[in-house]
Amino acid sequence: MPRTIDLVVNGVRHTVDADPDRPLLTVLRDELDLTGAKYGCGEGQCGACTVMLEDRALRSCQTKISVAAGKRITTIEGLEQHGRLHPLQEAFLEHDAMQCGYCTPGMIVSCAALLKRNPNPTEAEIVQAMQGNVCRCGTYPRIVAAMRSASMKMRRPA
Amino acid sequence: MIPELEPERYELMAGPAYNFSFGRRGFFKALGGGLVVVSYAAKAQESGGGRGRGGRAMPKEIGAWLHIDEKGAVTVFTGKVEVGQNARTSLTASVAEELGAPLTSIELVMGDTERTPFDMGTFGSMTTPQMVPQLRRVAAAARQLLPAEPWEKIDFAAAAKTLVTAESGAGKFKATADWKVLGTPVHKVNRREMITGRHHYTSDIKLPGMLYGRILRPERFEAKLVSFDAGAVSNEVTVVRDGDFAGVAASSPTAAAEALAALKAEWKGEPQTSARTLFSDLKQTAQPSKDGSSIESGLGAADKRHSATYTIAYIAHAPLEPRAAVADWNGDKLTVWTGTQRPFGVQGELAEAFRIPEKNVRVLMPDTGSAYGGKHTGETAIEAARLAKAAGKPVKVVWTREEEFTWAYFRPGGVIDVRSGITKDGKLVAWEFHNYNSGSSGINTMYDVAARKVEFHPSKAPLRQGSYRGLAATANHFARESHMDELAAMAGIEPLEFRLRNLKDDRFRAALQAAADRFGWGRQKSGNGVGFGIAGGFEKGSYVAACAEVHCEQGRAPRVVRVVESFECGAILNPDQLKNQVEGSVIQGMGGALFESIEFEDGRILNARFSKYRVPRFRDVPAIDVVLIDRKDLPPAGAGETPIVTIAPAIANAIFAATGERIRSMPLNAPASAQPASAGAARL
Repeated sequence: MPRTIDLVVNGVRHTVDADPDRPLLTVLRDELDLTGAKYGCGEGQCGACTVMLEDRALRSCQTKISVAAGKRITTIEGLEQHGRLHPLQEAFLEHDAMQCGYCTPGMIVSCAALLKRNPNPTEAEIVQAMQGNVCRCGTYPRIVAAMRSASMKMRRPA
Repeated sequence: MIPELEPERYELMAGPAYNFSFGRRGFFKALGGGLVVVSYAAKAQESGGGRGRGGRAMPKEIGAWLHIDEKGAVTVFTGKVEVGQNARTSLTASVAEELGAPLTSIELVMGDTERTPFDMGTFGSMTTPQMVPQLRRVAAAARQLLPAEPWEKIDFAAAAKTLVTAESGAGKFKATADWKVLGTPVHKVNRREMITGRHHYTSDIKLPGMLYGRILRPERFEAKLVSFDAGAVSNEVTVVRDGDFAGVAASSPTAAAEALAALKAEWKGEPQTSARTLFSDLKQTAQPSKDGSSIESGLGAADKRHSATYTIAYIAHAPLEPRAAVADWNGDKLTVWTGTQRPFGVQGELAEAFRIPEKNVRVLMPDTGSAYGGKHTGETAIEAARLAKAAGKPVKVVWTREEEFTWAYFRPGGVIDVRSGITKDGKLVAWEFHNYNSGSSGINTMYDVAARKVEFHPSKAPLRQGSYRGLAATANHFARESHMDELAAMAGIEPLEFRLRNLKDDRFRAALQAAADRFGWGRQKSGNGVGFGIAGGFEKGSYVAACAEVHCEQGRAPRVVRVVESFECGAILNPDQLKNQVEGSVIQGMGGALFESIEFEDGRILNARFSKYRVPRFRDVPAIDVVLIDRKDLPPAGAGETPIVTIAPAIANAIFAATGERIRSMPLNAPASAQPASAGAARL
């Protein structure tokens, strides 16, 4: 039986009428029209669907909406604040850290979560944390460079 | 004879798209006033618009066109598409260069069968050598029609008050020395859409009332649907059975998945072969040789002879965005958004599938989540359209990862036999090269050898196979450059020196030398599990060489720690995006080189998931140094494919240098049981 569930996405509360077992990814994409998180594999192996739950990176294709209910969900669409890009987004622009761009939202959100718990990751720590994100175009060196430059900028006092 | 550019022989070509009744007048009218420049392709090939077999090109076929409105906004129309190879940016920069207009004033409409001129497709690295000069000519012609003032000073309302049309024939583009935009590191023009999640890929499209479709897949390839029961499916779901096609369309992806699971079906199929016998199967079913020539004279002159067999596994493109399509019918008119490298080809496939005129079908291609040669065909478009027709509503079909790994086509596996001879001073005097099934792209050797025989033998393929980035050039370079390395070892000559001794082509020599210099080739000796390997190549008008450092430890997979790759494709249009393509090719090529392999048995794919099919990830990435050779005196060639061809042999040669073990199969990390049986015959 369907029932209503509250999802707090990018600071906005949505009440959705959906099976509590439905994956968060399809609810975000198909009910809330937040299509920044992508389907890539459906088994949590590629990272394209990554969103943040509270401050942790989460594979939304593997997460039931009941688990996310009431908690703070951040998608790629929520990283831009008042027209200002997140430093990671700026760094991806600067480094052209993409080709087709399909993995990009998942990469940025995964790294945003990493920087929340470790604001100064080494290259090895970035590689370790990002191992679950796939870029089939092979732009990994640019992604690492963008992530490092963003982390440096974020630590500098404004 | 081997054609220089391998035809896309594996494609499921739809009938040629002869119907040209899409009204040119129509799209001019839709624009209102403004300045319009049209390019007529003199030859069909020039627009990538060959009509295929028969070559019945329209004499005055639109190749490209450009519109400038009263405010100076420029719209350019091209049938090419964007799949991450950055055509949108390089074409925009080309137009900006000739117009003297800012990049931000230019918008490209790409791959829309109603609005863009016919284009055969985006493949074969043809966008740069063909569409770039065409759009530059068009833009140059437009510039001549405008006042000779800086762009920002032009009164476009006056200049483009009435509809002006001109042919581009007169358009002469700038000399390379005068470039201001081309040759510079222009950023990807729509990258902001990508990093904010705002770009709508096909799989992100949602139309009012749209349903979500799923397709019932046979339990093995080529199986027939013998019984079908949809009794357990909710009445709200659209169910279609049409011959062996069956699918459902429902109001949510979850409802569609549930409906699919509720279908009861029985399939009947014939037993099929497995990956275990792949290489012997390919040899046994190969077409017999047509070439009666012989290299015996060369072998007679040789002091040392060698023969070896190389094998190449089937691999998958695995684009991160699986195939997707959204179909919308309006009466007998059909509109489909789909990620395809051949929008006009898919238009033809749809027209044929639904027996409607091509002019009733519009295919649009949003910038797509990569393709690598894997998105030429239109099955997803047909599936979505079939379900939409039954439902009377728009339908979106997005393949699951398992479907993408199973029902798309694969890069062909193959077997390559090489026989050769050298003199005692290391001169190559005999070369015989037979490729079974993997393809003829890049099959010819660039090395100087008097007695040569090179042949491609099509075989009965156990899997559906098709284009892949670089086509068979990767397999052929793997075999050739591995074999050259083996000959160097037999001759006792250092591998780079051995290659240069047998090579006259200056551009090839320069590419090898550039990679070697940057790498510090020869400064350190291989040994103790550390190996250095080199390989070079040429394909589709560009030259490439790679040096690799590989660390091998007993009982562990070899680790590639450093790669230098040089690349020369004539004059460089955009050094940073070119570097991006070369880096990406090295990394993607490492997957096929080291671990990617499709396992199959009896008509089923056994590893159709990312958890079972290993692709390169962050940890696999070595230090990569790209050396770009800018030949401003040469026209630019395409660069999205050829940089992939040398990484596998460079790694294989480095493993040999590290361990003395010669691995002759791709992927190199495959278990010993998958190595070619004859590999042991060549003792070094």
